[in-house]
Amino acid sequence: MANGQAPSISRTFITGLWRENPTLRLLIGMCPTLAVTTAVKPALTMGISVIFVLVCSNLAVSLMRKLIKPHLRMLVFTLAIATFVTICDLFLRAFAPRMSEVLGAYIPLIIVNCIIICRAEVCASKYGLVVSAIDGVSMGLGFTLSLCFLAAIREILSTGAIFEIPILATVGNGGWFVPWAAMRMPVGAFVSLGLILGAVNVITRKK
Amino acid sequence: MDTFTSLLLGFISIVLINNLVFTKFLGTCPYLGVSGRLDMAFGMGLAVTFVVTMAGLLTWMIDHLVLIKLHLEITRYVCYIIVIAGAVQLVEMYLRKFFPPLYESFGIFLPLITTNCVILGMCLFLNLWGIDNIVEAVVLSMGSGIGFTMAICIMAGIRENLVFAEAPKALQGAPITLITAGILTLAFMGFSGMIR
Repeated sequence: MANGQAPSISRTFITGLWRENPTLRLLIGMCPTLAVTTAVKPALTMGISVIFVLVCSNLAVSLMRKLIKPHLRMLVFTLAIATFVTICDLFLRAFAPRMSEVLGAYIPLIIVNCIIICRAEVCASKYGLVVSAIDGVSMGLGFTLSLCFLAAIREILSTGAIFEIPILATVGNGGWFVPWAAMRMPVGAFVSLGLILGAVNVITRKK
Repeated sequence: MDTFTSLLLGFISIVLINNLVFTKFLGTCPYLGVSGRLDMAFGMGLAVTFVVTMAGLLTWMIDHLVLIKLHLEITRYVCYIIVIAGAVQLVEMYLRKFFPPLYESFGIFLPLITTNCVILGMCLFLNLWGIDNIVEAVVLSMGSGIGFTMAICIMAGIRENLVFAEAPKALQGAPITLITAGILTLAFMGFSGMIR
């Protein structure tokens, strides 16, 4: 529990990005991963929102860690998270109304994203401010990167474009590429994430 | 009679056509995590159904009787999560007292229902879809719970047999489960367009 045993900053950072990447290795926070990855833009917005909430809630929990009674901690964590999600939701609604409409209920659903409560429990309630903040940034970045990767695959196969910039010439525009409608549907999300996880398995087994 | 028909249609639609797991990806975490054994999946589904029905009713009432009247919509998410956490606590205490074996076998998953997306998601959708009838709110939330139970039980049944299948080495475990889930959503897409 003491700060002396806290892991080093660089190690914390790498852990979130690859060794304990929330989406690819720990398999938590799957709902937003599957739901918002139809295109890169919503995925990126979602990722940045999660980074914001994660860092803020980690800082808040880390500050409160000596005051919280064990049996009340879940409630306190979720309340802190809900507050930051409200801030994030209002911000998006004011400054990115179109994106806020696309993401719809998935922004408030960040409250129940397992990544955030898991980091509050595992990291922020044990270590000091600096380690908690770095952990939040690295976990959030790992989440954002894997989200964007999945979204890029799905967007390019379903529309032939990335970030709404056309890359493959689709049949509709006189090209050769026939867009895969299935990639935009739930089945595309499940199957492509399954295949990505398989690829990750192959990579880690070789080491 | 007309209201009854629309309620029935809404119920069928939320269970089969707009199943939260298959079309909105809500509750994917327990859907992939707990679906290893059929009996546990069923128990989990029942617990979720109970909590989501209660939470749907309570949050609808709080929303319409308190928050909208006092213009406190800004605190909506905080209120919702408190109600859900309270309902889960209630279920936990009830199970510990009356069904200790079930309580033991749930272990960590029971408190985790608080963070189950189906429940908060359903409360939010009730608000988003502008449901202004309390009976409809209860029927829809119960339907979403039953839809979740059905999805997780189908998945558990498949996975119990999947253990004997020879999947490629890299795909064993979570990847093959996800691909199976994808094929299942394809099957459920067959229901789309059944109403309206």
